[in-house]
Amino acid sequence: MIAEAAGKNEETLEISEGMSVSDLKDQQIKKYQIPDPESVQLAVNQDLESSVELNEGDEVAFLPPFAGG
Amino acid sequence: MDKKKTKKVFIQGAIPPEKIAQSIANHQSKTNIGAHSIFLGQVRADEIDGNEVRSIEYTAYEDMAEQVFHEIREAAFSKFDMTCAHIYHSLGEVKAGELCLFVFTSSAHRKTAIEACNYLVEEIKARVPIFGKEIFEDETHQWKVNK
Repeated sequence: MIAEAAGKNEETLEISEGMSVSDLKDQQIKKYQIPDPESVQLAVNQDLESSVELNEGDEVAFLPPFAGG
Repeated sequence: MDKKKTKKVFIQGAIPPEKIAQSIANHQSKTNIGAHSIFLGQVRADEIDGNEVRSIEYTAYEDMAEQVFHEIREAAFSKFDMTCAHIYHSLGEVKAGELCLFVFTSSAHRKTAIEACNYLVEEIKARVPIFGKEIFEDETHQWKVNK
């Protein structure tokens, strides 16, 4: 869903120092006009409960609503 | 130990009914078990605006999904006195009427088996990053959201 909106599956980004996970979310949602942003969760290094500040080399996943089962 | 290692959860395509029968058969040698509980998730042909769901195409953020499955399974073992627990989930296309989730818990007694099975299903639905694209008969699609 998010990959459809962005037209890509992954991207490497330069981030400014001290950028938080929620800053990155806002930035990318605006950039790609991702629909229904409240439903999007971010996992940093495969962890939803991760720290607020981003570090070099972090893998951030933009996850749409889960639909397993 | 059976319950400690990370188990393979994902299966490509639908879960064949024979796998369920075989899993039951595999437990007949474990005679400390007195009860099994099984949950089977089946793809529903929902009708939305006159358009019927033909299949669901499942994808996942696989590395994280495998890790979360492992955590959920470990948590279930610490909460419930189970003999064993097995989880299988489909990836790729699963047609309406076919199975996409198989959760199988075993214990000495029914209450534990049933409660553990329910716990696993609810945790899987809430926490595992699996995504479902509902494909309609006319080839259009929408993304499924768990209720």
